[in-house]
Amino acid sequence: MTYIAKPKLHHPALRTNKIGYTRRDYEGAISTLCAGCGHDSISAAIVQACFNLDIEPHKVAKLSGIGCSSKAPTYFLGGSHGFNTVHGRMPSVLTGANLANRELTYLGVSGDGDSASIGLGQFAHSMRRGVNMTYIVMNNGVYGLTKGQFSATADQGSKSKKGVTNSDAPVDLVALALQLGATFVARSFSGDKAQLIPLIEAALRHEGAAFIDVLSPCVTFNNHSGSTKSYDYVREHNEAVNRIDFFVPGEEITTEYAPGTLQEVTQHDGSVLRLRKLNEDYDAHDRVAAMNHLQKHHALGEIVTGLLFVDSDPTDLHTHINTVDTPLNKLGERALCPGSAALKKINASLR
Amino acid sequence: MIKKLKATNDFVVKFATINGSGSASANELFARAIMRMGVPVSPRNIFPSNIQGMPTWYEVRVSEAGYLGRRGGCDMMVALNPQTFDADVREVEAGGYLFYDSTRVIPVASLRDDINVIGIPLTQICNEAYTDARERQLFKNIIYVGALAALLELDHKEIEKLFSEQYRDKEKLLDSNVKALHMGRDYALAHLDCAGMGLKVRRANKVGDSIFIDGNQAAGLGCVYGGASVCAWYPITPSTSVVESFQKYCAKFRTDPDTGKRNYAIVQAEDELASIGMVIGASWNGARAFTATSGPGVSLMTEFLGLAYFAEIPVTLINVQRGGPSTGMPSRTQQSDLISCAYASNGDTKHVLLFPQDPKESFDFSAAALDLADRLQTPVFVMLDLDIGMNARMCAPFEWDDSKRMDRGKVMTCEELEAGKEFGRYLDVDGDGITYRTYPGTHPTKGAFFTRGTTKDHYARYSEEGPVYIDNMERLSRKFETAKELVPKPLERRASKPTKCGVIHFGSTSPSMNEALDALETQGMYVDALRVRAFPFHSSVVDFIEAHDHVFVVEQNRDAQLRTMLITECGLDSAQLTPVLHYDGTPITARFITNAIASRLALFNVSSLKKVAQ
Repeated sequence: MTYIAKPKLHHPALRTNKIGYTRRDYEGAISTLCAGCGHDSISAAIVQACFNLDIEPHKVAKLSGIGCSSKAPTYFLGGSHGFNTVHGRMPSVLTGANLANRELTYLGVSGDGDSASIGLGQFAHSMRRGVNMTYIVMNNGVYGLTKGQFSATADQGSKSKKGVTNSDAPVDLVALALQLGATFVARSFSGDKAQLIPLIEAALRHEGAAFIDVLSPCVTFNNHSGSTKSYDYVREHNEAVNRIDFFVPGEEITTEYAPGTLQEVTQHDGSVLRLRKLNEDYDAHDRVAAMNHLQKHHALGEIVTGLLFVDSDPTDLHTHINTVDTPLNKLGERALCPGSAALKKINASLR
Repeated sequence: MIKKLKATNDFVVKFATINGSGSASANELFARAIMRMGVPVSPRNIFPSNIQGMPTWYEVRVSEAGYLGRRGGCDMMVALNPQTFDADVREVEAGGYLFYDSTRVIPVASLRDDINVIGIPLTQICNEAYTDARERQLFKNIIYVGALAALLELDHKEIEKLFSEQYRDKEKLLDSNVKALHMGRDYALAHLDCAGMGLKVRRANKVGDSIFIDGNQAAGLGCVYGGASVCAWYPITPSTSVVESFQKYCAKFRTDPDTGKRNYAIVQAEDELASIGMVIGASWNGARAFTATSGPGVSLMTEFLGLAYFAEIPVTLINVQRGGPSTGMPSRTQQSDLISCAYASNGDTKHVLLFPQDPKESFDFSAAALDLADRLQTPVFVMLDLDIGMNARMCAPFEWDDSKRMDRGKVMTCEELEAGKEFGRYLDVDGDGITYRTYPGTHPTKGAFFTRGTTKDHYARYSEEGPVYIDNMERLSRKFETAKELVPKPLERRASKPTKCGVIHFGSTSPSMNEALDALETQGMYVDALRVRAFPFHSSVVDFIEAHDHVFVVEQNRDAQLRTMLITECGLDSAQLTPVLHYDGTPITARFITNAIASRLALFNVSSLKKVAQ
């Protein structure tokens, strides 16, 4: 039904958040992705997370690369500036945007082709630099727009719709993000709203490089029995390390979970993550343990989901390069131009 | 009897040394001392793509007439590199001088019998005076400067003054340098035939208030003054010192005195793709951003440049050109990226290029590029080259008008949106092809749009409709027309007599061109010159060509790239433009230009005589 324009009117009784926006205010245009596409569920989760966090849509900049996933930003946050960059290069454009104005919230949306194949380098370096952003990969292991070629995250031995077996080893972006110093690393599943929405909320509040790999089955090209990224396969092999509840500062923290199975993480901005542990020995503060856990379960053919690692006191690129608090795009001549008197002195030193 | 070249304030000295030996600063000291005596100099580094141990040359042209182009030839060779000694000796002009380290006896006479040989036992003097190996190496350089000062009658007090400025609070270093200088000078006065040296420096008053700086430093400073707050880059010869300069001046002028925080961001990216991506992101988000690179970097940035052109995002790119193609000649100069920059990326693209002639214009144009990029919402290239970029050059002092404000171009504000002003990101309301943009975060409900590399309508909505596409492409052409009036205009230099012969040149060719024009006039050949300073070409370029029967286009590349662009962009007949091309990686010389033009003019005269005979 993508040819139908989305009606602007909404029910007057629709619930509003603290800043007076309804959930509809966080939506975008009607999706042109295939019906049942996992990416649409992720878009919906982003909409819900931003609504829940009372974020002003225009204070978000959403950037993407090229591919089905990169089309997704059109379908959420219609009030935000968006930037569909070039294939695999969203991270550098986002980095530059972030340098120009540190006050906005940066949401990078990418796919497995965009981030693990053509854009692996930029993915890696944006993580290394600690760019303050939420970087979501909608990971389906396949190139949808060009009709079903394997991407670099496709598992070795998995089959394409046409019956071709992938012989290359996969890139695990979660493992890479952990190794490269990302300060928030999670994996989720587009079909698991309960897990995904709080993860996105927590990532948006995280003041550093936050990465979420979201397995998102491609209903057209990668949702068959030979695929390891189909709905059925992921549901059967999902090994969640924790369930997360996210609380913004000041909100009453409920105690519905039994102590001993909870791990609380207070983020730098005061927001609290409560991790309901499914796995008693899992500690989301331990990068090395996270890497071990991930590899151990990978060997067992399990897909670990949940918040794998979080640094509760992260630093970001602006801290590293010691930029002023005022956004650089707001600095005027006074701050930027040394003026003619200084130039005269420079001239004198050059004779 | 060997002939002796005699010249005062008009000669070329070339230093042949080994890179990494510390000779570069001694050689610059030599050049500066001459300038302090009021005599114009133009030094040039000829260096390898290497860190240590390879041959390197430093050529100093002394010219009271103020000719700053490379002259060609060598009147005195300071031959201190055994590796290249034979070739260096061969390069000296007949009657010229060879200055060498005679600690080990070299039978120079077997190589040349027509040059004057000046031997000085540099190594021996050093070894007797110093025990530390590093001191022996460094002071050897100062000792030869001292000896040269005696030979050329360079005022040693000027050198001492330069030392005292350089080692202001380092008395020990100052004393030891002065001591080494006199060691060389005293030896020369006592043992060499200084009076017999035909090349002399004599105090003059031809330097005025000129400054001495290289184009890359000037460009970096221009970006500071132009208000760039974000710089993303990837190191590449010969552009690296642009960013080093930006960094240096930012550290000095852009550090908040209270907090120590920086009013700028510099990121060394992982490659050129990322550096241009960051520039685009920062510019999209309302900061002034630039990158500096060289030809191979531009090749890598090409996809992003197409995005910036089509999505209309300001980009300032400083391209310090080197010899191409591919890795080419990384440490040699050329003007060979014109076409790759002007038309970078797939589809119909065109970019604005600026052609500075010297460090002064490098400064001016870098600052101007930031304004132009914002005004035109498109990539603007500052086309430096290695010759301007990496050689300190005498030029007019920098100027800045404090009343000048940054031109941020057409940016719609929150207030304007609130007041109900219509916003169409690609809607041409003024008819100049330039549309309004908004920065992200401007207004809660108005002015947001989606930036993309795909075709779109006036309101930034994706569309592949033919008429919508054509409308947008034609508007972009209109914008390029607007650019013609905004970029630096060409400058004409008329010959002293009316002539139908003209020459077009640009960039670093300028000093040699000016000298060649003088030389041609002394031979009775009058040529008008037009220095093109930007692309797109101003209409006066066509007027100039139409006003002359013969027009030469002088450039430093093989394929006559500027000429090609002139023919294509101005709809000219190729027969109207005669290429004069120099592209061996060395800076073009007045001698080359003069010979090329004079010989062709002679041919033209022959043909016109034939016509008369008919």
